[in-house]
Amino acid sequence: MSVKLGMLALLAEEPMYGAQLRSEFEGRTGGTWPLNVGQVYTTLARLERDGMVVQDAEPDEEGRIRYQLTDLGRTEVMAWWETPVRREETPRDELVIKLALAVTTPGVDVRAVVQTQRTATIRHLRDLTRVKTQASDRHTSEGEQRDLAWLLVVENLIFAAESEVRWLDHVESSLARAAAMPRRAAVTDGASPRMSTNQSGTNQPRNQSGTTQATTDSSSTDLQGAKK
Amino acid sequence: MTESILRLVDVTRTHGTGETAVHALRGVSLEVRPGELVAVMGPSGSGKSTLLNVAGGLDKVTSGEVLIEGEPLSTMSALQLAALRRRRVGFVFQDFNLIPSLTAGENVALPLELDGLSPRKARHFASDALDLVGLRELIDRFPDKMSGGQQQRVAIARALVGDRRLVMADEPTGALDSHTGEGVLRVLRERCDSGAAGLLVTHEARHAAWADRVVFLRDGVVVDTTGSPDEIHDLLAGAGH
Repeated sequence: MSVKLGMLALLAEEPMYGAQLRSEFEGRTGGTWPLNVGQVYTTLARLERDGMVVQDAEPDEEGRIRYQLTDLGRTEVMAWWETPVRREETPRDELVIKLALAVTTPGVDVRAVVQTQRTATIRHLRDLTRVKTQASDRHTSEGEQRDLAWLLVVENLIFAAESEVRWLDHVESSLARAAAMPRRAAVTDGASPRMSTNQSGTNQPRNQSGTTQATTDSSSTDLQGAKK
Repeated sequence: MTESILRLVDVTRTHGTGETAVHALRGVSLEVRPGELVAVMGPSGSGKSTLLNVAGGLDKVTSGEVLIEGEPLSTMSALQLAALRRRRVGFVFQDFNLIPSLTAGENVALPLELDGLSPRKARHFASDALDLVGLRELIDRFPDKMSGGQQQRVAIARALVGDRRLVMADEPTGALDSHTGEGVLRVLRERCDSGAAGLLVTHEARHAAWADRVVFLRDGVVVDTTGSPDEIHDLLAGAGH
C-alpha cells in the first residue's frame, strides 16, 4: 500500500520515469524499503489502469516512459497526507515512509501530519489500555496462562504505540530545532537534492534543477495550523 | 446529556502585558463529565499546568469562564474559592504533598476538618476514602512508613474524600516506577468509573491512555482531541477473547 502511495506522492512533485521513481523512493526513505524495478513498473501499470497516472509523452529515444499524476491521483495523495495510518491494519513502516516523504515534499504541513498521527496512535493506545485492563482483571480472577500470553501480546502493542508517540514527539522537536537554526544558503548538490524545512514545518519548493530554493522567508500561517 | 462537572469556556490566561505578555492559554474550551477522565498532553510550556490551575480555581482566568458543577468561578470571592477547593475539588501532585507529621487517615481527613467537620466524622469519611483506594488498613501509618505508590493512593483518597467529585492530577505518577505508577492510574480510573470526574495532566502517552479523552495543547491552544472511545471494537481476536 505504501509503495503505491509513496510513488504517487513523488509524482505529485513532478513527472518521473520508472527508474527515477525507484531511486527517489529509496533515497528519500533512507534505503529502508528497497524496491525492485519490476515492482515499480507493476505498480505504475496498476496506477495507470486505475486512472491515477498517465504517460505524459511518447517514449523517449531510449524507450523510457515518463508518468505524471492525474487529478484522481493527486486527490489520492492529498487523502493520504490527511488520513492517519491505521495501525490495526498496516505495517508500521508506512508511517516511516510517510514522514520521510512528508519532510522532503514541498507544500506538506509536516506538523499537521505528525499531530494527526499522534492523535490516532494515542486513541489506539487508549483502546489497547482498556482492553488490557479488562483482560488483566480477568487474568487475576482466572489465572489462566492463555490470558497471560494474550496480555503480553497486548502489552507488546502498547509498547509499540508508546514508542511511536515518542518518536513523533522527537520528529516534531527535531523540526522545531531545524527551523530555529540559521537559514542556510541554497543547497548546490544537485545529485542529492534534499528539502529543508522552514519555520512553519512546511517544505520549501524545489526548482527545476532539483536544488532547494533559497527563499527569504516563507513563514506561512500554518505554524499554528497543526489541526486543519 | 449529563451536566459537566468541569467546564472551561473560551478561557484565556495572559501573564504580563504589552510586548512581554505571555499567553499561557488562548481560547481553551473543555468539558469533563461525571465518570470521565480527561488527559491533557503537550510539550513543556504548552499551558498544561496553567490549565489545571485555572480549572481548579488556583489561578484566575484573563477572559472566559470556568464552571464547576455549573457555578462560575469568576463570581466567587477568595473565601468561596477556598471553600470550593476544600469541599469540591481535589488535587493530586507529582510529589504527593502529604504532611509527614500526620497519619494517612489524618492527611485524608484534613480538608474536612479544615472545613469544620468534627475529627470523629472526618476520620469516618477518611476511612471510607482510604477503603476506596485499598488502604484502609494503613489509616494510622505515617507517610514515611509507606511506599511511594501507597503515598500517592493516600493523596488520591484525600483528593476525593467526602463528596468531592472532581479530581485534578498533575503528573501524578512522576516519581513512581512504571508498575506502581500504573497502580495509581488504575485507582484514578476506578474513581472516575464510579462517577467522579478527573483531569489528568501528563506528558506520557502511556498514562494519557488511561483517559477517556486526550486533549492536545500547544502554545496555549487545543490543537486536537482523541474524542471519546466507542465500544471497544474487536482489536485483537483469538486467545478466547
